[in-house]
Amino acid sequence: MSNIDDKDVLLDVKNLNVEFKLKNGTVRAVDNISFQVGKGEFLAIVGESGCGKSVTALSLMRLLPRIADISADHIKFDGVDISKVPESEMRKLRGRRISMIFQEPMTSLNPVLTIGDQLTEPLLTHLEMSEKEANARAIELLGMVGIPEPEKRLTQYPHQFSGGMRQRVMIAIGLACEPDLIIADEPTTALDVTIQAQILELLKDISSRLGVAVIMITHNLGVVAAYADRVNVMYAARIVEQGDANQIFEKPSHPYTIGLLRSVPRMDKPRGGRLATIDGLPPNLMSPPVGCRFKPRCPLAGDACDNVPVLETQHGKEDHLAACFFTDKASKDGSTIYLAETSTHSSAEIDKDNPLLVVDGLEQYFSVSFRSGWLSNTSGTVKAVDGVSFEVYPGQTVGLVGESGCGKTSVGRAILHLNQATGGKMQFNDVDLNSNSVALVRQDMQVIFQDPFSSLNPRMTIGQILEEPLKVHNIVTDSQEREEKISDLLLKVGLYPYMRERYPHELSGGQRQRVGIARALSMEPKLIICDEPVSALDVSVQAQIINLLEDLQRELGIAYLFIAHDLAVVKHISHKVIVMYLGKIMEFGEGDDLYSNPRHPYTRALMDAAPIPDPQIERNREKIVLKGELPSPLNPPKGCVFSSRCNFVTDACRAEMPQLQECGNEHQAACIKLDELENA
Amino acid sequence: MLSYAIRRILLTIPTLIAVAVLVFFVLRVVPGDIVEIKLTAEGGMVSEEEIMREKERLGLNDPIMVQFYKYMIGLPQGDLGISLWTENNVSAEIAARIGLSFELAVLSTVLAVLIAFPLGTLSALFRGSILDYVIRLLTIGGIAVPSFWLGMLIIMMLLATVGQLPPLGTVGLFEDPLTNLYQLIWPALSVGYRYSSVTARMLRSSILEVLSEDYIRTARAKGVFERIVIIKHGMRNALLPTVTVIGLEFAFLLGGLVVTESVFNLNGIGKLFVDSVVRNDLNLLQGLVLTVATGFVIINLLVDLLYAALDPRIRYQK
Repeated sequence: MSNIDDKDVLLDVKNLNVEFKLKNGTVRAVDNISFQVGKGEFLAIVGESGCGKSVTALSLMRLLPRIADISADHIKFDGVDISKVPESEMRKLRGRRISMIFQEPMTSLNPVLTIGDQLTEPLLTHLEMSEKEANARAIELLGMVGIPEPEKRLTQYPHQFSGGMRQRVMIAIGLACEPDLIIADEPTTALDVTIQAQILELLKDISSRLGVAVIMITHNLGVVAAYADRVNVMYAARIVEQGDANQIFEKPSHPYTIGLLRSVPRMDKPRGGRLATIDGLPPNLMSPPVGCRFKPRCPLAGDACDNVPVLETQHGKEDHLAACFFTDKASKDGSTIYLAETSTHSSAEIDKDNPLLVVDGLEQYFSVSFRSGWLSNTSGTVKAVDGVSFEVYPGQTVGLVGESGCGKTSVGRAILHLNQATGGKMQFNDVDLNSNSVALVRQDMQVIFQDPFSSLNPRMTIGQILEEPLKVHNIVTDSQEREEKISDLLLKVGLYPYMRERYPHELSGGQRQRVGIARALSMEPKLIICDEPVSALDVSVQAQIINLLEDLQRELGIAYLFIAHDLAVVKHISHKVIVMYLGKIMEFGEGDDLYSNPRHPYTRALMDAAPIPDPQIERNREKIVLKGELPSPLNPPKGCVFSSRCNFVTDACRAEMPQLQECGNEHQAACIKLDELENA
Repeated sequence: MLSYAIRRILLTIPTLIAVAVLVFFVLRVVPGDIVEIKLTAEGGMVSEEEIMREKERLGLNDPIMVQFYKYMIGLPQGDLGISLWTENNVSAEIAARIGLSFELAVLSTVLAVLIAFPLGTLSALFRGSILDYVIRLLTIGGIAVPSFWLGMLIIMMLLATVGQLPPLGTVGLFEDPLTNLYQLIWPALSVGYRYSSVTARMLRSSILEVLSEDYIRTARAKGVFERIVIIKHGMRNALLPTVTVIGLEFAFLLGGLVVTESVFNLNGIGKLFVDSVVRNDLNLLQGLVLTVATGFVIINLLVDLLYAALDPRIRYQK
C-alpha cells in the first residue's frame, strides 16, 4: 500500500477502528484506517476538528478513556504487534520508545511538581538511572531544547515558564529516553506564530539529527507543507487521501483535500476574490452518511458515491492514494470544482476626505500592583496601547495584526469604550468619542467577538438574542416587524428563519458566529470591530465566514476593524494592515504592498514564521526565525520595543523608540534602519 | 514561603480584633439579665436594691463604653474577665474544659481522615462500580444523619452489646490513655461519621477531576506506573480542595460539639456554651465565642499554610 521498504517501517497500522459506546449510541471515531510510518520519517495527520486525528494518536498509545473500544488487524511497532500486548508491556513502551507531546502546554505539566521531577521521571522509570545520572541527563536535555540556565530551571515549577518554554520542556520529556517515535498532537496550536516556528524548527531539527520518527497531528496545512514527508488527510473518521507530501500538495486528488487547500487564505498570493468554500458541516459521527462521507458536501458527488470508496493509487504513483470515485475529474478540474465567484472585494473608491473613525495617539495604560517584599507592594504600568493612530474610512477594512499581548484587542476595546482609554483622541463620524458621547454612536459601532461559544447567552433563543438590541435601541417597535427583521437578518447571514427558536448550544461554531454577525448587523452599523472572529473555527468554516463578511461589506458598505493573529486571514480581508508589537505600531500600509514588501524587521519575521501551505515555496524560503519571546510589558526594552528580539539591532536602536516614517506609498514603518535593510 | 507565612500570620490580628469588637456589642443587644436569673435561681423574692447592689459589684452599671474599654484592655493580657455566674476567671473556666473538646475534635478528625481517604479514593478509582455506589450511599447517609441521633444509637448499641456504658467522669489522656480513648472514641465516632462523609465525597470528586487533567495523561504517556500516576501526580493535586474541607469542618467541630457533648455527658466547652447561654453569662459567652473564633482563624491559617506547602503557585505568588 505504500512504498516504504519493509525493513524501514517503524509503525504499521492496519485497519484501526476506535468506537466510543455512549448512552445514546455508538460513535465510531476512527473507521478502518491503515497507514505506515518509516524510521525517522515525518508524517502529518491533517483534518478538521472531530475528524478522528487525535483519537488515532491516543489509540496508538492506548491512552483513551475506558469507554473507547480499540480494535485493529495489527498495529506493528518495530515488528511487534502492540495491539495485542498486555497493558504492562504497553506501559514499558510509553515514554521509552514512543512518546507524546500534547496540545496545551499550559495544562500538560503537573503544577505541583518541579520541572526536574517531571523530566527525570521517565529516566528513573525506564532506564533505571540513579538520581544523579538522571539529573545530569535532564540538564543536558533542557539545554538541547534551548532552555537557558538549565541547572537553575530544574528546581522550578511549570507556572514559572512561558507557554513556549513549557512546550520545550514537553519536548525534552518526550526525548528523554531517546524514543523511536514522537507523536505530537497539535503541539503549536496554542502558541504564537513566532514561537510556533521556534518549536517546529526544534522538533524537525532534533528528529532529523537523532533519527526519530514524528507523527504530527495538525489542522494547519502550512505546518504540513513546511515539515511533513508524508501526509494522511482525514475526514469524518476515515483517511481520504494519503501519500507523499509534495505529491499531495501538487496534485491533490480528493475533492476534500482540494477544498481544504483552496479555502485557506494565502499570504503569498495577491489579494484576490472570494475564498473557495466547502458547503455545509462535517457529519455527525453518530449517524454518518452512507457511502462516501464527503458526499453531502462534495461538488462532484454522483450516484457512485453511495458506495464506500477505497484508497486507490493516483497518477500512477504508488505513494499517493485517494478514496474517491471521481479523482480523475477532481485532479483535472481541481481549480474549478469549488465555485468561487470572481467578484472581488468592494473596490468602490474610498472617500479620503471623510474618515469614519479617527484614532489619534490612543493610550491604554493599566496600572498593576504586585508584591515585591514582605508587606510592600510595587506598582507598575502596563502600556497595553501606547500612542496608536490610524483612520478607518467608510467601507474599508483595516486589519490589526500581532502576537498575543501586542495590544490589538485593547485597541478594539478602547474604541468601543469597554475600557476607558487613558490618553489620546478618537473621533467617530465627526463626533468626539468620550464616555458621554459614545452612547450616541453605539448603534453605528458594533462588535463581533472571538468566542462564538461564550459570547451568546445560553438561556436565550437565537430569536431573543437578535430581538434584544432592536428593542433596547427602539429600532423596530412593532413586534410583527421585529419578527420580519429577525428573519431577514438570519437569511442575510446564511441561516434559516426557523432557527430563531433554537438555543446557541444547538448550533455549530460557525453558525453561532453567524448569529454574532447578525446581532451586530441588526443595528445597521457603519463600523464593526471584529475581534478574532474566525480563529476558533475550522478552515472550511472560516472561509465561509470570511466570505460572508466580505459580501456584507460589498452590499452594505460597512467598514471593519479586523483584529486577528493570522497573517494570511488579515491579508485576505484587509485593505490596510497595521502590525503591532508591545502596544506600538511597527508598520502600516496597503495590504498587498505590505505583504510583498515588508520593511520592518518584525513584520518580516512574522511573515517568515507563518508557514505557507505549499511545500515548494515553504522549503525554499529563507527564514528569519525570531529569537526569544515577547518581553514583559511591565518592563519593556529601552528604546525600540522590538530591540530585544531584533536580528539587526544596534546601540542606536536602544536609544529611543523610532517614529513611524514614510517608506512608500501610504506605507510607514517604525525602524531607524529602513534604508539599510532595504539594500541588504 | 517564610514571607508568605509571616504575612498570613500578621493578617490574622485585625481579624481577631474585629471579632472581639463584634462579639462584645452583639451580645449586649440581646435582652436578659444575669443578675435577676442568678438571684432568683433559688426562688423567693429579691428586692430592687439587692439587684442594683449586685450589678454594681459586678461592674454591670458602668457605662457600656467603660465596660468595652476594660474588656479590650484585658484582651492582650489574656484577661477575659470573670464569669458573672461562678465569678471564676473566664480564661480558667475555658482552660479547664477546652482540652477535652480539643481532644475530641482531634480524635474525630483523625477518625474522619482515616475513614475518608480510603473510601474517597476507592470510590473515585472504581467510579460507577457497585463499590462506588455503596460508598456513596454510606457517605450521603453520614451527611443526612444528625450526630446526636447517631450518638444515641451508639449508646443504645453499647448497652445492648456490652451491657454497660463507658465510665462517667472523664479520665485524662495522660492518666489512663486506654480508658480515655474508650470514653472518647464513641462521641468521636458519632461526630466523625458526618465529617468523614463530607471529606470522602470531596476527595472523590476532586480525584475524579484531577484524573481527567491533561498532566495525568502526560504522566501516563511517560509510561509511569499507574499507582505512581495516582499517588504522585493525582493525590497531591486532589488534596488541595480536600484540605480546605477538613480545615473548615474541624473549626466547625470546635463550636459544634455542643449537642454531642450533652448526649455523652462530657464536660467540654460545648456544655459550657449551653450553660452560659442559659444563664446569660455575657462575660463567659464572649470569652467562649472569642476562643472558638480564634480557633477558626488558626485553623484557617494552618490550611492556608498547608495549601502553600502543597501548591507552589501559591508559595511563589508575588
